Amino acid sequence: MKILETVGLTAHYGDFQALFGIDLHLDESESLAIIGANGAGKSTLLRSITGLIATPAESVRFEGRPIGGLAPERIVRLGIAMVPEGRRLFPSLSVEENLLMGAQPGRTGPWSLARVYQLFPVLREKRGTASTALSGGEQQMVAIGRALMTNPRLLLCDEISLGLAPIVIRDIYAALPGIRSEGTTVLVVEQDINRALAVADRVYCFQEGKVTLEGRPEDLTRAQIKLAYFGI
Amino acid sequence: MSAPPFRVERSTKASRIGAAFLALAVAVLLTLPSWGTSAQMRLVIEVSYYLALAQAWNLLAGYAGLVSVGQQAYVGLGGYAFFALTVLLQLPPLLALLLAGVAAAAIALPTAFIVFRLRGAYFAICTWVVAEVFRLLLAQVTPLGGGTGMSLPVSIVRAFGDSKVARDLVLYYLCLTIGIGAVLLVFFWLRSRQGLALTAIRDSEAAAASVGVDNRRTKLAVYLIAALIAGLVGAVVFVQKLRISPDAAFSVGDWTVYVIFITVIGGIGSIEGPIIGTVVFFTLRALLADYGAWYLILLGATAVIVMLLAPGGAWGLVQRHLDLQVFPVQRRIQLRTAAGDDV
Amino acid sequence: MEWANILLQGALLGGLYALFAVGLSLMFGVMRLVNIAHGDFIVLAAYFALVVVQVLDIHPLLSLTIVAPAMFLVGYLLQRFLLNHTLGGDILPPLLVTFGLSVIVQNLLLEVFSADTRRLQAGALETASLKLGDHLALGWLPGIVFATAIVVILLLELLLYRTALGRAFRATSDDADTARLYGVHNRHVFALATAISLAIVAIAGVLLAIRTNFDPSIGPARLIYAFESVIIGGLGSIWGTLAGGIILGVAQSVGAALDPGWEILAGHLAFLLVLVIRPRGLFPRLAD
Repeated sequence: MKILETVGLTAHYGDFQALFGIDLHLDESESLAIIGANGAGKSTLLRSITGLIATPAESVRFEGRPIGGLAPERIVRLGIAMVPEGRRLFPSLSVEENLLMGAQPGRTGPWSLARVYQLFPVLREKRGTASTALSGGEQQMVAIGRALMTNPRLLLCDEISLGLAPIVIRDIYAALPGIRSEGTTVLVVEQDINRALAVADRVYCFQEGKVTLEGRPEDLTRAQIKLAYFGI
Repeated sequence: MSAPPFRVERSTKASRIGAAFLALAVAVLLTLPSWGTSAQMRLVIEVSYYLALAQAWNLLAGYAGLVSVGQQAYVGLGGYAFFALTVLLQLPPLLALLLAGVAAAAIALPTAFIVFRLRGAYFAICTWVVAEVFRLLLAQVTPLGGGTGMSLPVSIVRAFGDSKVARDLVLYYLCLTIGIGAVLLVFFWLRSRQGLALTAIRDSEAAAASVGVDNRRTKLAVYLIAALIAGLVGAVVFVQKLRISPDAAFSVGDWTVYVIFITVIGGIGSIEGPIIGTVVFFTLRALLADYGAWYLILLGATAVIVMLLAPGGAWGLVQRHLDLQVFPVQRRIQLRTAAGDDV
Repeated sequence: MEWANILLQGALLGGLYALFAVGLSLMFGVMRLVNIAHGDFIVLAAYFALVVVQVLDIHPLLSLTIVAPAMFLVGYLLQRFLLNHTLGGDILPPLLVTFGLSVIVQNLLLEVFSADTRRLQAGALETASLKLGDHLALGWLPGIVFATAIVVILLLELLLYRTALGRAFRATSDDADTARLYGVHNRHVFALATAISLAIVAIAGVLLAIRTNFDPSIGPARLIYAFESVIIGGLGSIWGTLAGGIILGVAQSVGAALDPGWEILAGHLAFLLVLVIRPRGLFPRLAD
């Protein structure tokens, strides 16, 4: 069943158009990766899905129903959670308090503080620390944990590898299968092409606000990807 | 070397019509003493200085984003400077008037150093505190009347004219000059490069800074100009009232509340706005003079409603429906076609 | 020693100023909104209490059981249906709307109650005092005011650091958009912040009304003292606000002792001094 679908999705920042009619779909059993260079519109897509950018009602459908134009606080209650680009942890809150923010929407499911600490044990030791005092990798874990605490049906990960060392990225991505096994569909947005191809069942490539390529990683050649990514 | 493909234009047909209309109004006002009543002259005097204060406040808040609720500081300082310069230093009154404005601007400089440390609403309240400080300090200055204030000595009053009629005439033209002068000062300043910088700041501080506008210096310049205007107004007002006291000189109600309402209702961020606002304000005052506090409640409610529903004020509404501009401060680019005609 | 008494009175006065300031600080912290009518709401609460006391013939402190919840409701509705519409980037609307509100409230009170000064009678409480040694006298009322300030601040800290609502306040203060991504209803949370702010204002207003004579025009001065306390103490720190209030109170007390006409001026000068030397205040929150 299609958990997410966008139909001719456009997005603007004031006078500047960032998305030019995106058609995209995601089945609940798949994991999806969206790749593209900086400014290609990947984050804009996620912001449109989560309601941070105004969107016509029918442009985005979640579990079959139109959610475009709904407020972010309603969309998270429907079951879509985002790990924002740059993590955007709350500096005034401790690690545990950041995680508890995920419980705000009040959705039930397998994810709880205990379960998140099981997934990322290092966070349990640092639960009382200010979130800003953690390393980049640990902060990313908090950001993912916070999103998981909302018990989402669909988890959107915006550039979770940004600014992290390869070994840390590896550890973070190692957590994804565990997340999928609990029944959450995962969509990752990545600049790191290899990482994206390794984790996804299907890939979309964006360039300047348009979809330039779509397919399964094993069906796509390097040359095709390079063309779709860079346009050269 | 061919001509550039565009030409920068200032005035439009609408603005030329508007300018003509205003010129007519000014001509009428200039001749008023010969056919009008003294009550009408007093009204024009009051309109003139509120117009000047409103233009200054609009420049501060509407363009530079500096919402001050403390401009009464400079009105009061201008008034007291005039009294000090004429009574204590025995300077000729007209010179003292001018210097009073300069004095206000001079004090605004170190004051800016303090108040610019804060932003937004905290900046606003700080300007109020500063005005209060000046009020309390001047109440301690006994040579200038202390807490109860002082009257303008007869000799200085006489210097404006031997008879009351003559003095009223002098004051009339002085105030008219200040009022029209303030409008013209703001207009020409906004047309200048400094003004372009200011309009850029109004639209987006970050963008302005990124193209090299020195936000701080521009804002400081605006703050000083506003103080200068307020100081001149203060000097003239207290000459007219013949008496100054700390409470009257630094009154928030008289010099800030009314000015803010005038500018908000008329339209912040344009030169035409304060002009309209002044007209509306005095009309309302004439209609509702007997209703005391209800008049102020109505003003306050109108300002609130305007800010919520039509933040551009009366002039903003006019502009939305008719693309008018009486004071052409915009620069329009006219493209030239290959044939050399303007598009 | 006389000076010890002067300092004590000033410090206790600081408790009242802290009560004025805490609500202002909370609103600014959560939604970057400064209510210019804040002082006028303090006076509104005082008049409200006056009416309640006259109609029900109860002790002023008891009137709080009605006035505080009522002001809470007023704050919620005010924010939800008026002030929320002014938020959104431009600094002019919230400032000018609350400025307009200030003028409206002052003049409505003037119309309804006239400019006569009033006072809430609290009986023996007003003059009773505890003698501490030869020269120090701790008045019951100032003591209660100060203790109330401490209790209010403690309760507020508890709210902010131990409840889900407090978490929502702090998260919204940090990053309103991301807070929305995690289910925070901004409009409602903002309204609650203002509601709590005005409930504290109610307490401050009633205590003020018992302590001093009041009339419709004294609102702006209370706003200024609240603001000065916040700035002296440092943005973002509630206990800092108490410290700021105390410093302001002491400055005024010392000024008054030197010359009655210097009381308010001394406070303003202390504030300006702090602003010039330490613009971020004396105890600013470190994470900023």
